[in-house]
Amino acid sequence: MIQIIAFYLFAALTIASAVATIFSRNPVHSVLFLILAFFNAAGLMVLVGAEFIAMLLIIVYVGAVAVLFLFVVMMLDIDFAELRAGFVKNFPLGLLVAAVLVAELLVGLGVLKSGAMTLGTPDGTAAIPVGASNIEAIGALMYGRYLFLFEAAGLILLVAMIGAIVLTHRQRTDTRGQNISKQIARRPDEATVNVKPEVGKGVQL
Amino acid sequence: MTAFFQTLGMSHEWAWFVSTVCGILLIALPLMLAVAMIIYVDRKIWAAMALRRGPNVVGPFGLLQSFADGLKVFLQETIIPSASNKGLFLIAPVVTFTVALLAWAVIPFNSGAVLADINVGLLYVLAISSLGVYGTVMAGWASNSKYPFFSAMRASAQMISYEVSIGFILICVVLWAGTFNLNGIVWAQKGHVFGIINGFVANPLLFPMWVMFLISGMAETQRAPFDLTEAESELVAGYQTEYSSMAFAAYWLGEYANVLLMCALNATLFWGGWLPPLDIPVLYLVPGFIWFLLKVAFFFFVFSWVKATVPRYRYDQLMRLGWKVFLPVSLLFVVLVSGYLMATGHFQ
Repeated sequence: MIQIIAFYLFAALTIASAVATIFSRNPVHSVLFLILAFFNAAGLMVLVGAEFIAMLLIIVYVGAVAVLFLFVVMMLDIDFAELRAGFVKNFPLGLLVAAVLVAELLVGLGVLKSGAMTLGTPDGTAAIPVGASNIEAIGALMYGRYLFLFEAAGLILLVAMIGAIVLTHRQRTDTRGQNISKQIARRPDEATVNVKPEVGKGVQL
Repeated sequence: MTAFFQTLGMSHEWAWFVSTVCGILLIALPLMLAVAMIIYVDRKIWAAMALRRGPNVVGPFGLLQSFADGLKVFLQETIIPSASNKGLFLIAPVVTFTVALLAWAVIPFNSGAVLADINVGLLYVLAISSLGVYGTVMAGWASNSKYPFFSAMRASAQMISYEVSIGFILICVVLWAGTFNLNGIVWAQKGHVFGIINGFVANPLLFPMWVMFLISGMAETQRAPFDLTEAESELVAGYQTEYSSMAFAAYWLGEYANVLLMCALNATLFWGGWLPPLDIPVLYLVPGFIWFLLKVAFFFFVFSWVKATVPRYRYDQLMRLGWKVFLPVSLLFVVLVSGYLMATGHFQ
């Protein structure tokens, strides 16, 4: 009973906030609705017993990715009239993306209906090996059966990361950085001079 | 507790519902009281370190000071700036306050005394703490004012930076404990060093991790010396500049609830949680939650102590510490800890 109520609550909120993401006029509201959608999707995953994925969804997407989105969007000075002017121009492209997404959904549903794969059920009896927790099951698969794919994904990410760093890194010569270890190593006798000036004469430092 | 309500003739689901609501109240109400008292304690400790008296007028020893402050804030007029984004402006403090309470669901107060004994407990804590930034960012943006916005930018950058190293530190703990469940982590610390000391902190490989966790916890909760988001000399009062009345109080309480949560995490992950400090049968006569509360109180004292004595970091120094010191060192320790555990056959 509680699970059914929770399922419909999460599902309805996911769809509602996804729709609101698209229809909000203000981009900041869009991002916040997107976060709400992520959150409710995580709730749905908890209901099917995939609590590890749910937590990762929140940590990665809500905690990191969406914060960066919000960061960028908040700093933009957005001209709404200009945005609406671009609507007609980009409409065919949008339709194309929508068509691709619908086709993917249909393929996925077809695979499911043909019985090629099983999904979790709302009462928590998902297709997880009995006696192993979520994390152990995923870990065993990832570091056992799919080890090479996992390593390959890691390598690709590493290459992407290094690429991004190399592209954006530049040696600044016009700024003075702080060398903390050098500052700490500095002693009073090398930083200060004790001069005994004669009265009435200037001091040279 | 569910079983108890079932004996009163409720169905299983209703009994679960009622017992969960009772559990939430049992955690949230004492927590609010603790926050009120801890604000008083905080001020008393700063006062003592500055050779002042601190609050001593309202009630005996000034004990009721926080309640008087609460009443004052409650009676203030709620001001909503006309140029603000009203919906978000009002939601932001609610988010901060709720998130500060949410993570307490998985903190074990005693053996089995935990509201949600889930096996991804630590990930849940990480997920909730990563949500904390939204209250701040929304407040900064919705206020439509310069200084709150600067503060919100600082807060989000700061929290994201330190969450990375906190993640690596927690991985070390999880590797050693072999579970994400917080109760399991506490059990794994029983007699951890020489079979007598309860706590990962006495372990030479995990002690540096604890030091870094303590410092990262201060940065994550924006406590001094990392309270750049509310640096009065630069930012008026930070992201809550435009807030008044109960909305301001929500930030205030939420901030202290977060600090208490960090203290509780320190106690649970490194100092043996509700276990006594030494694995001696006599010490187990004292109930576990008393040990737990003592440890939390001790860590709160440390937080206050640091706030009273350490000057504020500059922003670039804060970023340097997070990215150039803590991140590589915690990553190195992940390698060291997992290497040691593999070499000693911990996982067999």
